[in-house]
Amino acid sequence: MAAGDRPTHRLATPSIGCRWGALAAGALAGALLAACGDEAARKTKLQFWALGREGEVVQKLIPAFEAANPGVHVEVQQIPWTAAHEKLLTAFAGRSTPDLAQLGNTWIPELVALGALEPLGGRLAKSRVNPRDFFPGIWATNEIDGEPYGVPWYVDTRVLFYRSDLLARAGVKRPPRSWEEWRNGMRSVKALPGGEHYAILLPTDEWAQPVVLALQAGADLLRDGGRHADFKEARFRTAFEFYVSLFAERLAPPLGNAQVANLYQQFADGYFAMVITGPWNLGEFRRRLPADRQGDWAVAPLPAVTETDYPGVSLAGGSSLVVFGASPHKDAAFRLVEFLTDARQQARFYTLTGDLPARAAAWDDPALAGDPKLQAFRTQLEHVRPMPKVPEWERIATAIAEAAERVILGNQTEDRSLDQLQIEVDRMLDKRRFLLDRKSGGGGR
Amino acid sequence: MTAGGRNRVSRSRREARAGLAFIAPALALIAVFFVIPVVAGFLLAATDFDIYAVGDPATTRFVGLGNFATLLHDPVFWKALGNTFYFVLVGGPLSVAVSLGAALLVNARLVRCKGLFRTVYFAPVVTTMVAVAVVWRYLYHPRFGLLNQLLALAGLGPVNWLGDPRWAMPAVILMAVWKNFGYNMIIFVAGLQSVPATIYEAARVDGAGPWQQFRRLTLPALRPMLVFVGVITMVGYFQLFTEPYVMTNGGGPLNATLSIVMYMYKQGFRWWNIGFGAAVALVLFLIILVGTLVQLRLQKGRE
Repeated sequence: MAAGDRPTHRLATPSIGCRWGALAAGALAGALLAACGDEAARKTKLQFWALGREGEVVQKLIPAFEAANPGVHVEVQQIPWTAAHEKLLTAFAGRSTPDLAQLGNTWIPELVALGALEPLGGRLAKSRVNPRDFFPGIWATNEIDGEPYGVPWYVDTRVLFYRSDLLARAGVKRPPRSWEEWRNGMRSVKALPGGEHYAILLPTDEWAQPVVLALQAGADLLRDGGRHADFKEARFRTAFEFYVSLFAERLAPPLGNAQVANLYQQFADGYFAMVITGPWNLGEFRRRLPADRQGDWAVAPLPAVTETDYPGVSLAGGSSLVVFGASPHKDAAFRLVEFLTDARQQARFYTLTGDLPARAAAWDDPALAGDPKLQAFRTQLEHVRPMPKVPEWERIATAIAEAAERVILGNQTEDRSLDQLQIEVDRMLDKRRFLLDRKSGGGGR
Repeated sequence: MTAGGRNRVSRSRREARAGLAFIAPALALIAVFFVIPVVAGFLLAATDFDIYAVGDPATTRFVGLGNFATLLHDPVFWKALGNTFYFVLVGGPLSVAVSLGAALLVNARLVRCKGLFRTVYFAPVVTTMVAVAVVWRYLYHPRFGLLNQLLALAGLGPVNWLGDPRWAMPAVILMAVWKNFGYNMIIFVAGLQSVPATIYEAARVDGAGPWQQFRRLTLPALRPMLVFVGVITMVGYFQLFTEPYVMTNGGGPLNATLSIVMYMYKQGFRWWNIGFGAAVALVLFLIILVGTLVQLRLQKGRE
């Protein structure tokens, strides 16, 4: 990318009026509270939105923060994941965003485009939070055009869970390191005697798997700073063909998530021997697989296209903590962000939730360092790549999964499916192109 | 005379004013919660209001009929439209037929425990859709599902009910009919009970068999219910949404169960293409309007 045309992702800024309005409202609320003269009411009240189970567990960490910051009172509001995205957007439209929140890191570009988030570069420069302490691929998901808007809280990526006994029986001696080795191993597993079974489960309605393979092949997915789709070039095509060929060879069953009624039971039965999934399933597999199967499964980083690149890259997922631009207590909010991303709190958070810490130092804690299955995640986390940082990403990812589904279930040719994908995604990016072009045109005038 | 006339005029005018004052609260509510949203919907449909516009309304572009042009060139829209008509034209009549059959059964003279059967058949209507979907997902499971085990007994191969694009819609229709037939059944039962038994007796004396009794007596007696049930079922089935939302992850596989309402929901609330979603809503409105007008015309023709 030429230095001259650095795309600006911050496409819209809230009007000055709304900012002053929020400040005035905050000041008024502060004045009213102060007027009460109550000791507790004079404290700074921080609104913190946390999602799902984390929202419940984080409340146990808050007392320590409040003890260290006597002037601050934190109110945690727990929001279910399924409702969070919509609630954040409506809160922004209704000017009632909290002071800080937990965000899925793929939502950051969208909220930055809205102008909802506070840039954190200045505060980070003066802070003890050092970006170099975090996994680089994960930190990158929080930066838009070099400016950080969030601090990683916990991380999420995808690795290979496999049945070590089935692979051994099929003569596969180690977890695969290259696509070629992977495919051969899958063929051996498929050739094992027994009833109907498959080598790997790749739910056809999930985008993570085809996108991971594309990232491994070096595809950029979008070009010109996210102005255009880029699905017709050779690298994406290689990955796409590899992915759909696993279904054509019947190494993977053509099933969507809704039809895999019980993943754990089918994995225990040997209906499939491998699955690409995330850290939450470590705990689930330990809980739900029968006791006599516990010695038969293992976790490994993903293979790469060629063995020299092993381990292959995976998704840089997870949650970040962000501060909202409309917050009247940004400094206090940032102190809470610093506190929660501190290595000690991160290790404590892991023991409470099982969420993987974003700070590499927390991984030296005995609770994490002693677990060989977790070490596979650690290796993988050193090899993660962020997804394209455009607000339209979720929609694009869904379209990629649908393009693969058209080939797997609908017998469409790869050429036609990719043509359609290219057109669809280009259309999704139309508004973005318009805004970026207007911005660069307007800057010249 | 003229004075009295003027008096009447001014009095009726006063009454009109008073009447207006009385209905003003209701009118205001309708204006705020109905007229304004509808007008806003029309206006939105002519813009590309989207996620960027939520942040900064100035980025909204006026596109005129552009949304409709895009819509007509979107193969997914036509797929969704086709699916919706498939669901209405196959599922609707099937549902009415099953309800009628069930009503005749639970109303037959020989049946015991009529109350029990009526309750049992009505139970799916009042059961939560999400709970029903969980159970039906197991029934449809390609490996362990009851349906496939029955097919295997009959020597037929397993069907990937919700995963095969050809079978997903029949599977959704089957479930929807099972879920809904009880409601129409109750309406038919009420209709059947209003037919005096003496007519049937007379028909039997005249030598009419069971089929003739059904065609010449029962069906004509049920005509008003049939019209009502037909319109209600059609309007309801055009708004297919919950079944694919909970059963097929929002319209899969390969958009085989994507309905118009689901398409609108995804555009508007999942991707925040609110302008485009409003355009889809307008199209759905037109389709239901035409459908209802056709039904009303048919009804008038019968009268």
